[in-house]
Amino acid sequence: MTEMRYEAPTTLDDAVALLADSKGSTTVLAGGTDVLVQIHMDLIEPDLIVDIKNIKELTAIKKEKGGYRFGAAVSGVELMDHEDFCQTWPGVMDGVKLIGSIQVKGRASVGGNVCNASPAADSVPALIAAGATATIVGPKGKREIPVEEIATGPGQTSLKDGELVVSFFLPNSPAGSGGAYQRFTPRTEMDIAVVGVGINLTLGDDGVCSAAKVALGAVAEKVLVVEEAAAALVGTQVDEAALDNLAAAASAACRPIDDKRGTKEYRIKVAGVLARRVALIALERAQGGQK
Amino acid sequence: MKKHHISATINGDEVDFLCETSETLLDVLRDDLNLTGAKEGCGTGDCGACSVTLDGVLVCSCLVLGVEAEGKEIETIEGMADGDELHPLQRKFVEHIALQCGICTPGLLISARSLLEKNPDPTEEEVRFGLAGNLCRCTGYQNIIKAVMDAAQEMRGA
Repeated sequence: MTEMRYEAPTTLDDAVALLADSKGSTTVLAGGTDVLVQIHMDLIEPDLIVDIKNIKELTAIKKEKGGYRFGAAVSGVELMDHEDFCQTWPGVMDGVKLIGSIQVKGRASVGGNVCNASPAADSVPALIAAGATATIVGPKGKREIPVEEIATGPGQTSLKDGELVVSFFLPNSPAGSGGAYQRFTPRTEMDIAVVGVGINLTLGDDGVCSAAKVALGAVAEKVLVVEEAAAALVGTQVDEAALDNLAAAASAACRPIDDKRGTKEYRIKVAGVLARRVALIALERAQGGQK
Repeated sequence: MKKHHISATINGDEVDFLCETSETLLDVLRDDLNLTGAKEGCGTGDCGACSVTLDGVLVCSCLVLGVEAEGKEIETIEGMADGDELHPLQRKFVEHIALQCGICTPGLLISARSLLEKNPDPTEEEVRFGLAGNLCRCTGYQNIIKAVMDAAQEMRGA
């Protein structure tokens, strides 16, 4: 392996300067559970590794006016140990808890899960359904975008040279909201989603769904936001007919590949079945006053 | 090639070492510090044979760079027994014959200790989920689960 430079800046400005000034290939290191594997397998050979775990904006979890913010380098275990966050965002945590083993979650960050840009990333549909935005910094300053605009295809993101995801913001949901994420895998642990579904919905006082967001993972080149599936829930009491329409809309939106985890036909079928199940969990949480 | 000078605490001892950026913590432990208890099974974080704790958090040492250990406290299998006295988990692994080839054992013991620190009274299902990141290709896990459940009971003073 060739010589790699390692830097661990302590401020965002220093991190951006390092990323922007780098001449060769650069890799951002958060938990390293993807990056180190990619180095080990000779998939990448970075000239510079920028470790972002010593920057406070990237490692904080805090309540802000209007929502929750957590740093892109916060590990899964840190989120799992944060009781209030877990109670507030059980749907997001459904996804986070499925990222690898306990050992992997001890290091792996949500920022890494998003920026690794796997279509099967477990935290991504959950974040998107919850309406999460990402704060990005770069040589031209700061910008805020919805999480669904980061990944553009397998391993590809919309981040420009020198840009870095700093944190995620989860806006407070109205009362009567609930969210959930589930994935289908042949094994119960340590597997990669064949299909993943994240759904957040809000019920009015009359029990009628007033808002919904549905995100599907592992059924396209990136996580899909399916407006037709959300529309199938809005205006209903999330009854059997609505769930049938949701399942049909979810299946119709899929454009998966065949691979060793499942065929196209199988993924399309499972997406509908899983969307129905996830909607019921989100509904139960919405009725229970959880988000 | 310029090496990084890293200071860390390993099993309570202050340790200094030199490493290149590309060296993992597992490489450093095994090749530079002669702490060969942690094993390299896969090198990709799937098998857990290299499990150690880093500032109390269970990690795969193959997925941590040596340079990231600066200022950190690391616990490895070599620090688990108290002199000649085995940790209850180690004793129960022997009693229940919870190993065959032994490659996965150091990682399983570190993971099991970490699990019991967080959850001293786990159900069998919680033990199975908690140890899902540690693969054993010999035993079929049955005796490992028994050993951990038995050790947990003893450690609770039951």
